[in-house]
Amino acid sequence: MIVAVVSWLAVGLLLVTSTGLLLTRDWRWSLGLLAAQYLAMFWLVLQYWPFGMAAVKLVTGWMVSAAIGITRLGLPETEEPAEAAWPQGRLFRLFAAGIVVLIAASATPGLSSLIANVSPPVLAGSLILMGMGLLHLGITGQVLRVVLGLLTVLAGFETLYAALESSILVAALLAVVDLGLALAGAYLLTSAAPAEESA
Amino acid sequence: MTAPFLWIGIPILASPLALILRRERAVTIFGGLTTAILALVALFIPIDVAMLIGPLSLKISPSVQILGRSLSLDQANGSLLAILYGLAALWFFGAEAAGAARRLVPFGLGILGLLVASIAVQPFLFAAPMIQIAALLTVPLLVQPSRAPGRGIVRFLIYQTLAMPFILFAGWLLAGVEASPGDLELAVQSAAMLGLGFAFLLAVFPLYNWIPMLLEEASPYAVGFLLWCFPATTSFFLLGFLDRYTFLRTSPAFLTALQTGGLLMVVTGGIWAAFQRHIGRMMGYAAVAETGFFLVAASLNTSAGLQTIFLQLVPRGLGMAVWALALTVVQPQVEGFGFSEVRGLARRNPLAVAALILAHLSVVGFPLLAGFPVRLALWEGLARQSIGQAAWMLVGLLGLLTGAVRTLAVAVMADEQSAWEWNAAWVQVFMLGVGILALFGLGLFPQVIQPFLVNLPAMFEHLGR
Repeated sequence: MIVAVVSWLAVGLLLVTSTGLLLTRDWRWSLGLLAAQYLAMFWLVLQYWPFGMAAVKLVTGWMVSAAIGITRLGLPETEEPAEAAWPQGRLFRLFAAGIVVLIAASATPGLSSLIANVSPPVLAGSLILMGMGLLHLGITGQVLRVVLGLLTVLAGFETLYAALESSILVAALLAVVDLGLALAGAYLLTSAAPAEESA
Repeated sequence: MTAPFLWIGIPILASPLALILRRERAVTIFGGLTTAILALVALFIPIDVAMLIGPLSLKISPSVQILGRSLSLDQANGSLLAILYGLAALWFFGAEAAGAARRLVPFGLGILGLLVASIAVQPFLFAAPMIQIAALLTVPLLVQPSRAPGRGIVRFLIYQTLAMPFILFAGWLLAGVEASPGDLELAVQSAAMLGLGFAFLLAVFPLYNWIPMLLEEASPYAVGFLLWCFPATTSFFLLGFLDRYTFLRTSPAFLTALQTGGLLMVVTGGIWAAFQRHIGRMMGYAAVAETGFFLVAASLNTSAGLQTIFLQLVPRGLGMAVWALALTVVQPQVEGFGFSEVRGLARRNPLAVAALILAHLSVVGFPLLAGFPVRLALWEGLARQSIGQAAWMLVGLLGLLTGAVRTLAVAVMADEQSAWEWNAAWVQVFMLGVGILALFGLGLFPQVIQPFLVNLPAMFEHLGR
């Protein structure tokens, strides 16, 4: 009972962090929310994996946040350039996030019958993360935002996949993918920096 | 000695070593020789067969265990390894002529090692994260430090990353289909997931917009390498799925979707190439059409179709290498790759332009060139199933041919008074010359690659039988 309650609290935390990632413009807040997101993900994964393996997700997630944070810290503080094609208001993004939550809420019961061995909080949490990540990717072209969006999508997928596959090799490969994505993002951020400075 | 250590471990270990080397020529020789030796070993030393060399007994074991799963490369993989590493040697030796060795060789070795690992991993489903890691390694290869990344690289990263969850989840669903073959709904859902995953991975219509974008923003040679090695290996991943799951292989709906997707790529790639005014993007659309040809061949689901896929391996790698090298050689002589900027280029660098046009015509399947036997075989196979579909393939080929003719027309459009020049270093002349000769050689004597292809069908238990 307590586990179920804490799991739903973790889903709530995922909702807050993924929506926060969508709304905030400050990279420090974004990375803090990303780190918190991995904490909630860790709790959900812990239901299916032993503590040691689940901790890999948490440690990897925090390493990812740290790698991006350290890179961003070394870059000059510049205002994020406005996106060209999309409405940029917070209200719009909040509305879009609301739609994603509605879709996740309505899809969870149906998917529960398809994937019977996955608990509803894990399904709901992973759907929210994947949906928010895809939404994030859809409304931005900035490198940092794209990397955060991809990490969110992957976090959602990994939460769900942990319930289906417990192979150590897959866990290791997915951890390398997360770290690689962070490093690729860090590389792209540093490549973009001098051009932004001269612009 | 194990096969995975030889063909996966050594390239991955050689990758950071190549980063240490500072001179362009040293890196080229290091990368070229490493891959050439690996190709020769794959060609001449059988896997899992004991060989006596004097008093020594040598045997390459086929598999190795890693974290509870295995990496396995058996005798059937030998020819594929020889082709992949042989073509990689060509790319790496050409990297000096392209001035790209210090980036291409270190990252290329790592990418190649990971892509071979994706072929070797058992269960084969776990290839998806390995391909994703290889895709992440392409980022420093494609984006130069202190140059802002463009939209192409960002889209490439997004699409490749989205492919992995779809494929892994489809694999899980497919295991369910195997357990309950009568569940039609589950079969449709898994096939749809798999289709989406491979649409992202292979840049299937309409998800290929990053290819022409990337050719505008990055080195054509680096992008060419990417457009060769990823489809060459991920296509085997798709074939692995078709081989493993009977319902996919025998589903008319899935095969029709595969064929329609392939023809859409051939037709749209051809049409965009016909109206293209940028010779870099033109190569991108040709690469799109090449992937379309692969999908069409896979959809035939016959042994002839499978042979066509194998037959396509070498001409595609060779053509792409010559085309990318030619573009890189002419790059310093033009302000951009737009038609207005390359006008009269044939007088300034006739050899590179000739190589570019011949590589383009090879993709079209022009007689006497490397692509001709492949296109002919595919067209014949398709025509046996449907004349209408064969006609659509012709539309795509005509589009590509129009692109080649327009490029040629623009390249020779020079003032009468302008003199012929020879703006190429000897190493560029040598590599382009070898490439042109090889394009003609494979077109005139396609049977020379037959010994490499004869064992490849053994990689698949059911496909094409």
